[in-house]
Amino acid sequence: MHSNNSRSWSDTLTPWYFLAPAIVIFIVYVVFPIGQSILMSFYQWDGIGEKVFIGFGNYLELGEDPQFWTSLVNNILWLLFYMLAVPLGLGIALFLNQEVLGIRAVKSLFFFPFVISQVIIGIVFSWFYDPSYGLLQDILALVNIDPLPILADEGLVTYGIIAAGLWPQVAYTMILFLTGLNNISPDQIEAARMDGAKGWSMLRYIVIPQLRPATFIAVVVTVIGALRSFDLVASMTAGGPYGSSSVLAYFMYEQAIFNYRMGYGAAIATVLFLIMLIYIAFFLWRMLKDERG
Amino acid sequence: MFPTPIAQTKKTTQVGYKLLLPIAVILWLLPLAAVFMTSARSIVDINAGNYWGLPTEWNLIENYTAVFASTNMARYLLNSLLITLPVMVGSVFLATLAGFALAKFKFRGNLLIFALFIGGNFVPFQILMIPVRNLTIDLGLYDTIWALIFFHVAFQTGFCSLFMRNFIIGIPEELLESCRLEGASEWKIFYSIILPLVRPALAALAVLIFTFVWNDYFWALILVQSDEVRPVTAGISALRGQWLASWNLISAGAIVAALPPVALFFAMQKHFIAGLTLGATKG
Repeated sequence: MHSNNSRSWSDTLTPWYFLAPAIVIFIVYVVFPIGQSILMSFYQWDGIGEKVFIGFGNYLELGEDPQFWTSLVNNILWLLFYMLAVPLGLGIALFLNQEVLGIRAVKSLFFFPFVISQVIIGIVFSWFYDPSYGLLQDILALVNIDPLPILADEGLVTYGIIAAGLWPQVAYTMILFLTGLNNISPDQIEAARMDGAKGWSMLRYIVIPQLRPATFIAVVVTVIGALRSFDLVASMTAGGPYGSSSVLAYFMYEQAIFNYRMGYGAAIATVLFLIMLIYIAFFLWRMLKDERG
Repeated sequence: MFPTPIAQTKKTTQVGYKLLLPIAVILWLLPLAAVFMTSARSIVDINAGNYWGLPTEWNLIENYTAVFASTNMARYLLNSLLITLPVMVGSVFLATLAGFALAKFKFRGNLLIFALFIGGNFVPFQILMIPVRNLTIDLGLYDTIWALIFFHVAFQTGFCSLFMRNFIIGIPEELLESCRLEGASEWKIFYSIILPLVRPALAALAVLIFTFVWNDYFWALILVQSDEVRPVTAGISALRGQWLASWNLISAGAIVAALPPVALFFAMQKHFIAGLTLGATKG
């Protein structure tokens, strides 16, 4: 009886030995800082001096800060237009889902922009958009359009950056859909073909429903990518011209690092976190539902 | 197979498809090709708007030499490597331990910890920024490569643990049970059964983590500042400020900085895609 007892005691402890290092470091660097940031958003702090508790002061100020609203609206534009990566990725995947000579190489060439750092993507597209010598201007000249200084135009700049972001993102969703297409049972496709399904109706009623897991992941990673957008904004425009291309992630960085407003920055981060939390909660809920069967 | 295999279509469709493929690839990679072309030119050509014609003088070697000779590019590349490799080993190792516990033990809080790892993975970096920066300063690690190594190990461990847990859960229970009956300790089971069997997952994770960490820009801005420790993403970004409009040098630098993960991807394609698309087929 006694030995049985001690055995089960060590049983309950064993998993924790394996988990401890991962959990400790994850709590110290990820979980705990989230709480600290939220707490900090109720203080005024320059990073060095005394912290002063100001309640919701930072949030009230955010409400009246036009730069906050510009950044928030830009984040919404990112969310909306970044979603194009899902249908575009599906489209390219359908186009490339063939077995012809060299198709593997073609797929890799379509995919590899995804492994390039966003800072480099920013450089590639800054050059592409360059108002004097950029490739885009050459293309526009072919159809007789005057050069468009996309990154210097307050109305166009965010779309220009999103388009740059779509390039690697489409590559990502494409590879998810290619894997998904690869896993569709050929029997079902054949059976549907016998029943006369083809083209659109096949895609709509047979293929897309079977691609649900791939679509789900594609939507999740695209939402996360849109809300995380920082590297491209930082490397292409630094939020400019006149803050018109800023997003919450960049606005927060600017306030905390350049203006030494840690509390204010923490408040911006908290807003961004709460928006993200909607998606995180949804994702977790779905994932745990699957886990429970 | 969907769409209909091209071999079963009309002859004209087949020819059209085969013609369209290379055109699509060229269009898709056009912005990158422009950067590559630019990296071989002289500044005279660029200012003359000579885009697609042959360079009036080939400056390929000059430009790439200049990148290494007149900047700290070599140092940046080395720093990226010194940061990325330990993170790869550290996070994959911690995650394999954690993944084993989450996959093969029933205990209170199992699902909660799993959820924590998944959720933590998705948080915006900005919510971690100020506290992690302060913690790094307090530990005396600010502006050292350890600042980045510790943070990345911690953050990537979340992602790797959920990946490993989902992989290890597929290892048959009987395998572990038969060892337990022979009196093997859990630690022995871990290294004699689990470790050898997760090898494919280790490879997939290692290439993914290499790419993620190599490409990190945000934390390189937040946790380090001097040239001696800067990784290549922050380095190239700083160089752009110095080079201003010397697009030939910027292009050459960008290509050098992008090359390591691209080369790794082409070498380890199968593992990379297997890792990235885990979850796209089930769940």
